[in-house]
Amino acid sequence: MMSDIAATRRMLPAAFPSATQRTLRTAAWALPLLLWLLALCMWFEITPARIVNGISGVAVILRQMFPPNPGEQWHDILIGLSQSVAMAFLGTLIAAIIAVPLGLLGARNIVVNTLAHFSLRRVYDGFRGIDQLIWALAFVRAVGLGPLAGLLAIIAADVFILAKMFAEAAENTDRAQQDAMTATGANRLLAIRYGVLPQVAPVFLAQVLYSFESNTRSAAILGVVGAGGIGLQIAERIKVRYWDEVAFIILLILLTVMVIDRISAVLRKRFLA
Amino acid sequence: MSAATFESEFQTLRRRHRAFQTGATLVLLALILLTGWISEASPKALAEGLPRVGEYLAKLVPDLRASVLFDGPKTEGSFAFWMYRADSWLWLLFETSQIAALATFTGACIAFLLCFPAAANLAPNRAVYTLTRRGLELFRTVPDIVYALMLVWAFGVGPLAGIVAITLHTVGALGKLFAEAVENVSMGPWQAMQSTGANWAQCVRYAIVPQVLPNFLSYTLLRFEMNVRGATVIGFVGAGGIGQELYQVISFSYYQEISAIVALIILGVMAIDLSSEWLRHRVIGKAA
Repeated sequence: MMSDIAATRRMLPAAFPSATQRTLRTAAWALPLLLWLLALCMWFEITPARIVNGISGVAVILRQMFPPNPGEQWHDILIGLSQSVAMAFLGTLIAAIIAVPLGLLGARNIVVNTLAHFSLRRVYDGFRGIDQLIWALAFVRAVGLGPLAGLLAIIAADVFILAKMFAEAAENTDRAQQDAMTATGANRLLAIRYGVLPQVAPVFLAQVLYSFESNTRSAAILGVVGAGGIGLQIAERIKVRYWDEVAFIILLILLTVMVIDRISAVLRKRFLA
Repeated sequence: MSAATFESEFQTLRRRHRAFQTGATLVLLALILLTGWISEASPKALAEGLPRVGEYLAKLVPDLRASVLFDGPKTEGSFAFWMYRADSWLWLLFETSQIAALATFTGACIAFLLCFPAAANLAPNRAVYTLTRRGLELFRTVPDIVYALMLVWAFGVGPLAGIVAITLHTVGALGKLFAEAVENVSMGPWQAMQSTGANWAQCVRYAIVPQVLPNFLSYTLLRFEMNVRGATVIGFVGAGGIGQELYQVISFSYYQEISAIVALIILGVMAIDLSSEWLRHRVIGKAA
């Protein structure tokens, strides 16, 4: 038994490090990590006192949240909520329609020119880096306060995500069906319509449904910058510290998101079985 | 089956199909009209709004002239003139990335502790499992900017509120993913460890963690990418990072500054995405 261990130890020295080796190895990643954490704590002025203060502040907020209360202006809350859902629905739909041609243009097997599709894809990637709230804030400056700005923000942010997804889905299609269409004498456009689109439609539909779910969540916060929806109601109540109404709105958003997820799951089952 | 029955059955099927299609189209149209009405996107509002969006976007285009492109920051139309405050913006961008990094790290650590009781195959009992799972769900569904709005009251204006806000959301998001990864492990090592008499924590450490660590790292890096995006706007509500600066230049309509900052954000996010993607492939191997 002992000799077995000794033999293995000789054969695989790396598997049996000495205690010092082990400490050194841990220190090699733990020390820089600790230093980085310390540096950040100093930079952002994160002190135990501030954290304790903050947590006691959070405790106060949580205590005042119960029981949740719809408050006097409950109809404003409902209007805001319906605006959020409407913005998410219409925004996702319009973004999906715009993304179809953009996605096809970005697919390697449809636009054969490498430079063209490569640069187009980088453009999509780049614009994806702009958060929806940035679009919302900009559109509020352009078209004024209200849900229209939020709608435009959802469209602008979602088009590039969907276009990228759509381009990838189109690239993963079977080439044979396009070739078969061409063989029957169909032109480029018809070959794409009947050779590519039917193959990508389910993938795309799934992606659009997912987008709708995620947009319902984000449409709930666009109002924070004045772009309509329930976010405005939440921001206003936080400003005046009506925490019980804030809690009510958060619960309402959770409920709505759950319902939308359920609807989307049913649709997915119905169309993508 | 005679041709006549075939024909009649074909017609019934087709009618049913047609009826379904018309029904679906009508429902969709009604939904479009309804949502358009609620979100105040009437054709008139769109006709008035879209040109203004065009004008706005046109003003954002940086004023760059080829003849003086590489001149100093004093010359109007040069690249340096457009990016005249690049040093402070880059620093803010760095701060944003560090806010995201610290929040991702803290969130991942907490999620790591919570994911084992939240995994159906390891949870000591049903109650612990349900409680942690529902808790994680609650953390996940509230967006980080809503946390930030509230935490600015508790922690004061500044990066700390943003860090805590992103951390809370990250705990919920990563906790669920981690727990699902744990549920997919092979239980062989777990049984082997239990047969040696190891306790629950030791079993987790030596049977589960080695199996899931690459997955955990990869999820954490993905979350880091998302958190960087989130951190760029967390400053809108006063929680630190480049968002605060961006909020100001957009509010004051300093068009050139807006496009300069947004361009820097795009480049920064892309650079972080690329390096994180490279790291992820190193962690989980080329296959994934």
